[in-house]
Amino acid sequence: MNGYAGRILRVNLSDGAITTEPTPEDVVRDFLGGRGLGAYLLWTEVPQGADPLGPENKLFISPGPLSGTLFPGAGKMDFTTRSPLTGGYADASMGGMLTAEIKYAGYDSIILEGISPKPVYLYIDDDTVELRDASEYWGMGSFALEKQLKDELGEEFQIATIGPAGENLVKYACINHDFGRQAGRGGVGTVMGAKKIKAIAVRGTGGIPIADVNEFIRLGKEAYRACKEADGFKAWTRYGTMIVTSWCDKNGALPTRNFQSGSFEDASNIYAPVFRRTIVVTDKGCFGCPSPCGKYAYSKKYDIYVEGPEYETNGMLGSDVGLSDIEDIAKANQLCDELGLDTISAGGCIAWAMECYEKGILDREQTDGLELRFGNAEATFALIERIARREGRLGSLLAEGVKHAAAEVGQGSERWAIHVKGMEQSAYDTHSATSMLLAYMTADVGAHHNRAWAITYDIAEGRDKVSPDKAAKVIELQHTRPLMDVLGCCRLQWVELGMSLDYYAPAVTALTGVEYSWEDLLHISERVWNLTRMIWVREVEDFGRGWDAPAPRFVEEPAVGGPTDGQFTPPEAAQQMLDYYYEQRGWDENGIPTPETLERMGLAELVEADSA
Amino acid sequence: MRLYADNAKCSGCRACLVACSLHLFGENNPKKAALSIVPHFPAPGTFEVKVCTQCGECAAVCPVDAIHQNEKDAYYVVPEECTLCMACVEACPEGVVFSRPDVDYVWECDACGDCVDVCGPDALWIAE
Repeated sequence: MNGYAGRILRVNLSDGAITTEPTPEDVVRDFLGGRGLGAYLLWTEVPQGADPLGPENKLFISPGPLSGTLFPGAGKMDFTTRSPLTGGYADASMGGMLTAEIKYAGYDSIILEGISPKPVYLYIDDDTVELRDASEYWGMGSFALEKQLKDELGEEFQIATIGPAGENLVKYACINHDFGRQAGRGGVGTVMGAKKIKAIAVRGTGGIPIADVNEFIRLGKEAYRACKEADGFKAWTRYGTMIVTSWCDKNGALPTRNFQSGSFEDASNIYAPVFRRTIVVTDKGCFGCPSPCGKYAYSKKYDIYVEGPEYETNGMLGSDVGLSDIEDIAKANQLCDELGLDTISAGGCIAWAMECYEKGILDREQTDGLELRFGNAEATFALIERIARREGRLGSLLAEGVKHAAAEVGQGSERWAIHVKGMEQSAYDTHSATSMLLAYMTADVGAHHNRAWAITYDIAEGRDKVSPDKAAKVIELQHTRPLMDVLGCCRLQWVELGMSLDYYAPAVTALTGVEYSWEDLLHISERVWNLTRMIWVREVEDFGRGWDAPAPRFVEEPAVGGPTDGQFTPPEAAQQMLDYYYEQRGWDENGIPTPETLERMGLAELVEADSA
Repeated sequence: MRLYADNAKCSGCRACLVACSLHLFGENNPKKAALSIVPHFPAPGTFEVKVCTQCGECAAVCPVDAIHQNEKDAYYVVPEECTLCMACVEACPEGVVFSRPDVDYVWECDACGDCVDVCGPDALWIAE
């Protein structure tokens, strides 16, 4: 099957059975791969009500058709599972080298099921697949283990690991790879920890079959050239995602002190040029990337290496917790990576706790002695450690995520728990950006920005404007951006360099030999979006409109200071946006896809089969 | 003509390796490329690119004269003539004559330049 490896690897951790099966051709025609294939497998294979940390939940590790090929940004993959953080659908995208290696080893997805009786790691060398004892690695840091496995197995092996946070079932544990890349969100690392699988090591020596080799090479080379000649290429590759820090600060979008403000008085200390000048060592690209956003850094102050901080970390473990020294943020980043914590959720939880402390809701005893004020770097580092190890009262509490922590602490702290669906919001303040607020409300994993990013659109259209057009923009972005996660490539060549979307359908067609138009690809992306929605409907008993609620802060409380000072989105405006959105999506007023919509998406049969 | 590389500019993405394997074998498989990238991580966090310098050692030691020069004066291995004796692999000072168990000859860079076309940071170039 052109464009695909042709096999799926199934690993049952409970009994150690390792099998392969042919990649179903009809399924990849309809869902392509990556998050699409993952959502399909999650829907069909994980039974309703499966405990996210139990043996019935599965982790689907899926490259996409473009992964590992000669196409700009062909280095992304998806980890799909039922989320231990939210209880609903989760997928986390990861860059680096692993996605290509899995394809070269001959697999379109790796399915991890069951629970191992003891710590293991999955060893894959083409057709040789083994579960190996990992007892001696249990407790090791993510990159310490990656280095050790590289030394033991060889440089050609690509390795993904979890840190202690995953082992300790912290609800937002991440998966680490390539000394700085993460599948960060939704607790995919937690699921690995629950399954007692500490690492995955893969080497593949095969190729990827291409339907029309010459046409694919022609398109690929042309697309690379377009990226290199793009106007923004130089600045983007110099600074990576950090380039947006100053823009966000100046536009009231930089989360500051738990999203109380969208602008940080010390932000200029953490702008991209300071970062580049002070600590960056090397530009580091994911597989096939012409425009590497990865910045590998060395902090002299702490004598540590870390990839990053990238923008999200800069926001969530910088301004949002009040840190303004780039080396402090780098240190917090490195701790999270090594311990295996998602920097976004960790930052969100810590910022919430800091606000509780400053408001007198948590006292020194309840913080286990930490002087938990915004801007306290040492307290931030200590708390990261405690969360990852579930140490002390506060460490254990925050390990459950901000939604749970706020419900436990109460006293109004739910009002500043910044999350949607139980996932901590990533680093864009949405007091005054109605499209972006809607994007967070409706993102299918919880408050994450990668499904749709619309603040520039908000600014162009009027930040507080409420209109059907704004909902339509969010939907358009929710189809286009996650399509890249379906295809197994990075969206940033399009988003940041303006590489034309016209390359994608011809490339997938030349690669697979199956004729796809751009509309076909978008239709598949919309199908996946509706299926992930149905996973929420199936898994969460009272799922509906209430689950799309924004974090209260953005609709109740004005931003403090900066260009959005005094602004917030009235709750009825947020609800009106949601009405427009549901209507355009073909969902009912409670946000459930109608039978007609499921029919139009080609999902009716799949959904019916499940309820039968 | 030969291929040059600037380690400091390389971001380790390996697009060059894919372009190379497509040129040499018509196969999307970076394990069949004629240059290599050695990452040095976690410390010092640098990439080392190994490329053919066209020094000619390989041709000099080849016992069956299977290594010829093309119109760019770049050395290349004639597959039918290679006996897989590995003399060139051992003699190559850069370690850039390659072999794999499923290929019955060795191969090296013929200075085609396809890698240069897909290198974002311009870490690769062809010159005299």
